Amino acid sequence: MPKLTIDGTEIEVEAGVTILQAAETIGIEIPRFCYHERLAVAGNCRMCLVEVEKMPKPVASCAMPVGEGMVVHTNNANVRKARQGVMEFLLINHPLDCPICDQGGECDLQDQAVAYGGDRSRYQEEKRAVEDKSYGPLIQTWMTRCIQCTRCIRFISEIAGTPVLGGLGRSEHLEVGRYVGAAVSSELSGNLIDLCPVGALTNKPASYTYRAWELKKTESVDAMDALGSAIRLDTRGNEVIRILPRVNDDINEEWLSDRSRFACDGLKRQRLDRCYVRKDGTLAATSWSDAFAAITAKVNGLAGSKIAAIAGDQTDVETMQAFKDLLAALGSGNMDCRQDGAKLAAGNRAAYLFNSTIAGIEQADALLIIGSNPRIEAPVLNARIRKRWLKGGFKAAIIGPKTDLTFQHDWLGDSAQVLAAIAAGNHPFADVLKNAAKPAIIIGQGALTGEDGAAILALAAKLAQDTGVIADGWNGFNVLHTAAARVGGLDVGFVPQAGGKDTAGIIAGAQSGEISVVFLAGADEIDMKSLGNAFVVYLGSHGDAGAHRADVVLPTAAYTEKSATFVNTEGRVQRTRLAIFPPGEAKEDWKVVRALSDALGKPLAFDTVKQLRQRMVASNAVFATEGVVAAATWAGAGAEGALSDKPLASAIDNFYMVDPISRASKTMAECTAEFGGGCGCNSKKKTGTHG
Amino acid sequence: MSTEQDMTSFAFTAENLEQAKKIIAKYPAGRQQSAVMPLLDLAQRQVGWTGIPVIEYIAEMLEMAPIRVQEVVTFYTMYNQKPVGQFHVQVCTNICCLLRGSDGVGETAREVLGVNWGDTTEDGKFTLVEVECLGACVNAPMMQINDDYYEDLTPESTKAVLEALKRGETPNPGPQGGRQFSAPEGGPTTLGDLTFGSEKA
Ligand code: SF4
Ligand code: FES
Ligand code: FES
Repeated sequence: MPKLTIDGTEIEVEAGVTILQAAETIGIEIPRFCYHERLAVAGNCRMCLVEVEKMPKPVASCAMPVGEGMVVHTNNANVRKARQGVMEFLLINHPLDCPICDQGGECDLQDQAVAYGGDRSRYQEEKRAVEDKSYGPLIQTWMTRCIQCTRCIRFISEIAGTPVLGGLGRSEHLEVGRYVGAAVSSELSGNLIDLCPVGALTNKPASYTYRAWELKKTESVDAMDALGSAIRLDTRGNEVIRILPRVNDDINEEWLSDRSRFACDGLKRQRLDRCYVRKDGTLAATSWSDAFAAITAKVNGLAGSKIAAIAGDQTDVETMQAFKDLLAALGSGNMDCRQDGAKLAAGNRAAYLFNSTIAGIEQADALLIIGSNPRIEAPVLNARIRKRWLKGGFKAAIIGPKTDLTFQHDWLGDSAQVLAAIAAGNHPFADVLKNAAKPAIIIGQGALTGEDGAAILALAAKLAQDTGVIADGWNGFNVLHTAAARVGGLDVGFVPQAGGKDTAGIIAGAQSGEISVVFLAGADEIDMKSLGNAFVVYLGSHGDAGAHRADVVLPTAAYTEKSATFVNTEGRVQRTRLAIFPPGEAKEDWKVVRALSDALGKPLAFDTVKQLRQRMVASNAVFATEGVVAAATWAGAGAEGALSDKPLASAIDNFYMVDPISRASKTMAECTAEFGGGCGCNSKKKTGTHG
Repeated sequence: MSTEQDMTSFAFTAENLEQAKKIIAKYPAGRQQSAVMPLLDLAQRQVGWTGIPVIEYIAEMLEMAPIRVQEVVTFYTMYNQKPVGQFHVQVCTNICCLLRGSDGVGETAREVLGVNWGDTTEDGKFTLVEVECLGACVNAPMMQINDDYYEDLTPESTKAVLEALKRGETPNPGPQGGRQFSAPEGGPTTLGDLTFGSEKA
């Protein structure tokens, strides 16, 4: 371990570390533009120059490994002068349009110009201007502002795995742009905006609507997919202006998927902001008390078995706990949180969790994906798998959709029979798993929602047991969820109680008249037409499929408007935070259920969210600890059965539209129009639709 | 000559494909991307320029993203991003050539060919461009026509070279003023006297 002196402090760091990183360990921050700790070192901006004694010239500290006995000065007169020179060059062709730039106030160039910029320009000649590029509906380009740090090029090539950006031309004519005909449609493209140290790439949907310093920042958790990425909600007044990722190395590092980031305009559209009751075939606005009266009139005196509830994909645990208690009080066991019919059993936690954890996937050396397309179901996770693949010594294969996953893998077909063959040891991939030190399996909802879901799950479990996917200190059996609500629902046991019906049973019952009242807690993805003549009460935030079918609509809060518990696909309990208030008369979901219980004469045993959460902990101890993953004990999974010959596909067909919020988002609609359903940007051929 | 419109697809001829394989084989396995520059050159020799179809063909052959190939093409001026005539006339106007009269060379070339910088003659035979130093300063001023250097140019010799090409002849490349390569003008200036030290009278 080399010893060196930085600004008079002697330190010892690991060999191979750069001067910049070494300085960071003792709290010395060196200015930089091109360096980013999660990207390859480029060393092209020269802002990080430092002086190293006995070296003839200042050196780029981001690219220079430490050496034994180095004496480094990061902030003496020479260094400052060198950096001032770099800054002067950078500003020569920069438009200096900070007053009209969306990056203003959070711009690295602006900040560092304060420290190293001159107070006037010596440059009298003409500036160069660069034509803006078209990067699609998410990213606005201002290429004249680009300082050619190449962060965007490196991100899209290394992390996203869709190399469509590059530096074209040379010296003064160098322009960063995309390959002709290619779309910048990586499902992670929004991260380019965060990475760009200047205002060259900015948030297009939010263009010109905010100044960075007037936004209120609320740290929260994403509920647009099942990863539960760490996010920051930037709001002004009662409006979410933009959503940014926060660093959480366990889940999303510092990336965020485009849907999680850009669907926020859907929070303002199609909102339910008051109660509705169906009168003469149309929904008429009404008050809370009238809406409750309409429900009470239907429910009172009804046998419990005629009442049912289905929870949606973004329903929080509090709501499901409250609903579960209410249904119990009404004497009903008909409830389900698996509106897609996934054959996952509550109680057997290891059989429905992403057991290796998201970060843990980086340890795997073989991976079998079954019935999932992680690239559109969980782009951030997909980037992790790619990161793992880039390190080498990693073999992956998929039984499911044939698509570009941005990492090398074998496509083994899309039939469950292939899985059966592997599980029986009659397929070469069985040996790959067996010979791997830490093999892993990812099984997606696409494989679990069919008739044979339990059989596929059982096969995967058998395979896992036979090939060392489940071993001492390693559990690589991973169920990848697509809904933020699902694991929470299973944890709290929002599934048919003794004698109760599941989603399919509830739907059939509604059709046959066996069930006459159906509560939909944000459930929009079931086939509404098949609910027959049942009286439908919809609780939710958006006027989507459920509200259109409903007889009573009760407006509730979206995930940005409440403090609510979600459990991610790993089994990590996390809480969102209230950033803005629900619109109009909408209320937090659990409060609506609590109030409804009063109206129905079955008051629930809690009045505050604290009491409700204690109730959750009582029903499942996992809710006691936030933010951590407790390893679940393996106890097998699924149930043996016959396989169907339906091809295994992803549970999602359009990355940009999967829930009421993203379906209401104009930005997501534009993406769908421009990019299709995702996964399409790596086509090498010109599509003819992009110039 | 191909034009921008008519390059819709590209593939190496059988002979060039053979050549390409040899070039790729020069690099260690898995490092085939290093062959990108010679392959682009080979393609340019086949069709005259490196359009998008060439870029995609080579990208696929070397298993690299097309944008990486395009970066190379746009970085080096010797890859033609547009079709050029049968004779690609590149006149150096950098400092040494300028001091030695490249203005006159350029002017003559434009006059003789009847085109401006960057243009191609109507018959598609000549493309005239201005370039930076081609490394033959010692014989300035000079121009490069396809693979050959024509050096020590004067307006007259420039005209003679171009006229000869027009007539379908092949003018001798190299210095046009009569000297051998870059030997001093008017013959050697050293080693004229071959006697050594004490032998000297
Ligand atoms: S667009 Fe931004 S990130 Fe990309 S090279 Fe330019 S300054 Fe860097
Ligand atoms: S940060 Fe070191 S050269 Fe850019
Ligand atoms: S300046 Fe013309 S060849 Fe060098």
